[in-house]
Amino acid sequence: MAAGSDELPAALARHAELDLWLQVNADETLTVRTGKVEIGQGLTTALALIAAHELDVPVSAVRVETAHTGRTPNEFITAGSMSIEDSGSALRQACAHARRLLLAAAADHLGEPAGRLEIADGWISVPGGNDAVSIWVLRGGRPFSYRIETRIEERPPAVPPPRQQRIDLPAKIRGAGVFLQDLRPPELLHARVIRPPSYHHRLVSIEAAGQPPESDLAVHVDGSFVAVTGEDEYAVNRFALRLQARCRWQQQAQLAGEPLGAHSEAFAVVDGTPVEGPVAPLGFAPTLTASYSRPHIMHASLAPSAAMARWDEGALRVWTHSQGPELLKRTLAQVLGVEHRDVEVVHAPGAGAYGHNGADDVALDAALCARARPGRPVLVKWTREQEHQWEPYGPAMRVDMAARLDAGGRIADWSHEVWSYTHLGRPLPGEAGSNLLAAWLLETPIAANVAKPRLGREVGIHRNAWPLYRLPAPRVVKRFVAPGPLRTSSLRSLGAHMNVFAIECFMDELAQLAGVDPVSFRRRHLSDPRALAVLEAAVALAGGLAGNRGVGLARYKNQQAYAAVVAQVAVDEHSATVRVSDLWIAADAGRVVDPDGLINQLEGGAVQSLSWTLKEAVRFSPDAVESRDWDTYPVLRFDEVPEVATRLIDRPESRSLGAGEATQGPAAAAVANAIAAATGLRVRDMPLDADALRRAAAR
Amino acid sequence: MPAEVHRIRLPALLNLPRVLQYAPRMVAFIVNGERREVDRADEVPLAYVLRNDLALPGTRLACGLEQCGACLVLLDGECRYACTLPVGDCAGRAVTTVEGLADAERLHPVQQALLDHNAAQCGYCLSGILVRASALFEGNPHPSRDEIRAALAPQLCRCGAQPRVLRALDALSRSG
Repeated sequence: MAAGSDELPAALARHAELDLWLQVNADETLTVRTGKVEIGQGLTTALALIAAHELDVPVSAVRVETAHTGRTPNEFITAGSMSIEDSGSALRQACAHARRLLLAAAADHLGEPAGRLEIADGWISVPGGNDAVSIWVLRGGRPFSYRIETRIEERPPAVPPPRQQRIDLPAKIRGAGVFLQDLRPPELLHARVIRPPSYHHRLVSIEAAGQPPESDLAVHVDGSFVAVTGEDEYAVNRFALRLQARCRWQQQAQLAGEPLGAHSEAFAVVDGTPVEGPVAPLGFAPTLTASYSRPHIMHASLAPSAAMARWDEGALRVWTHSQGPELLKRTLAQVLGVEHRDVEVVHAPGAGAYGHNGADDVALDAALCARARPGRPVLVKWTREQEHQWEPYGPAMRVDMAARLDAGGRIADWSHEVWSYTHLGRPLPGEAGSNLLAAWLLETPIAANVAKPRLGREVGIHRNAWPLYRLPAPRVVKRFVAPGPLRTSSLRSLGAHMNVFAIECFMDELAQLAGVDPVSFRRRHLSDPRALAVLEAAVALAGGLAGNRGVGLARYKNQQAYAAVVAQVAVDEHSATVRVSDLWIAADAGRVVDPDGLINQLEGGAVQSLSWTLKEAVRFSPDAVESRDWDTYPVLRFDEVPEVATRLIDRPESRSLGAGEATQGPAAAAVANAIAAATGLRVRDMPLDADALRRAAAR
Repeated sequence: MPAEVHRIRLPALLNLPRVLQYAPRMVAFIVNGERREVDRADEVPLAYVLRNDLALPGTRLACGLEQCGACLVLLDGECRYACTLPVGDCAGRAVTTVEGLADAERLHPVQQALLDHNAAQCGYCLSGILVRASALFEGNPHPSRDEIRAALAPQLCRCGAQPRVLRALDALSRSG
């Protein structure tokens, strides 16, 4: 058995009805359902591959339905690189049961013992025999009516796993209207919201002037929530701009918060889990200390967030690209003062989100507009500026490292202290406040929940703060800081980007001090053979670390995929700009389901991390966020993207491990280590841009 | 529980500026080889017309600022940002959108190349990249890697799919 456990996958234990997970259709297709969502990570393709493999039907016959409350299994949220581990393992086991039931039915039909039968391409037969029956004939259009109670054996993995074309790609390549933004149901109304200049501004008045036109445009005002609805999108958008210029706001406070490094709530972290109680002081005289930082960074989805809603006699239906439709359903009901059973939330694809962006907020905007114009669907799209200014950012972080080397050049003492603001600002059911933005602006507002430190294993700030290396009694301290100056929440990899950056830079700094090369120094402290294998594979793929190269290594959350990244940089002597020319990635994600999809995620994560690490910082003044568009918040462009090569270490005997966030940290560290190799300058503060290099040179 | 969102009658609140009282007139132009007429004021950006009047959603709107390239179209063969291009400027001219790249069932070579390389993640940026790449290969069937990079620099992708797009187009450049 691939997963090596007798327990049912958790999602399957919660939702044991087989018919909820899959249905064999009379039209020779197979529908599989997931409570997760497609966010560009290739989830639907991977799930189709799992179902096709387990039931031996063509991938092209599989239809994947993503999260739709009341219709698909409730899997809460698509986050933390858990979809293949959660939904994939549940679906695989559900399909194994379906396979067994189909074989039993075929045994009756064909008069052969089930043990002799096999499925191939949807046909069941005794291999080499003449009689066959298709699964479509056996079960097409009829439910299994079967409850899954025990775990049964699954098919052995395909070795090597097949290369599969993304099932959602042909339509996107042709420019089909597949995105939420493209929905055009009859009677559709478009809407724009008008936002205050900052979190801390409230509406005073809206000035009027001129002659009214004949128009279907309507303005909706509730406290400081202002929206325009109408039939023509362009007229709505134009009018919203004019209206915005006529809004008078009052500023009630400035964008300010606790700095990182002063006041904090501190927790000792033991094996990835924070524990309450006093934090031991640094109990050794360090050989080396170093402080690393990153600024606030953005999800900055390519498309501004959008949602559609329709309000019919107290019942609300919402189309969203949120990663947590089931959570959104309950939090919308809370703000709107309706029963959650009267809210239906349907996932529809948006642009890549990379965590908690504006998707949930705009769903509330749409619901408010729909309630004001009942009986018609209302599609709200944020502007670029709104997305940049109002999304919850990936929080700024700071890590202070300290270590003592023994006479033999081994790490004898280790300390890692990490400061940050909350990484968990998602709207969650059951809380007194609301983390949906428009709730704060209403005439009768619902305030945001007060952020509190989360003490789960490997969550938020302390994600990957626990070292991968075998070190004697590492001292790891999580320092939760509140409030921050900006709204923050979950951005892909959460604290791992910064913690891995700090650990892996510090390992290089220590290696240099010990007079050992970076790989040997890491090897000296590694006891996990899988970690060592990816490190060596990445270095081998790169052909060594000589020259302007650096490496970074991590196991995501210390429990998911392993990834090592080697980066090669060129640093311009005059402009001090850094260009990453090449990346080499090696990864071990256990059993590989969709190799090309996995490589795509690893590469995409690394390239996105380069953008964060080299270029990105949310700029803000006391009055407003100043990063408003792609000019004021530049990201990596095509002419700055490196060549990338990736090697997978497939382990068909091990369970599949989430990999969507595995390369963010290692790629960031690899670049900083490569810059150090190229220039001798240790740049510890992101973004690693020309200013940072000059500051490091002046130090 | 929050107050209801009020629907305020427009005359009670404010009056529309004249600019919104645009006088629609017929704009005639060619879209993907077909003559189309739309009842729109000249100033309306082409992207709105394509998406809402002509049922061509492939031209994506993503910044409205000519910064990301998701809305890229060809106007008489030249790359233009449909998010700001007034439809009036298209009168009597030929527009090609991503939907017009394929020859019926047969994909344009740049589309086939990206499909063959699974060169996308969310795919929101694809339309603009495909239009830009089609223009590049039209003028230069065998661009170098650096020429491809430079040509695509105005196109944003946030998922990090650029290395795949570059590999796909590089392979296309070397073929044939």
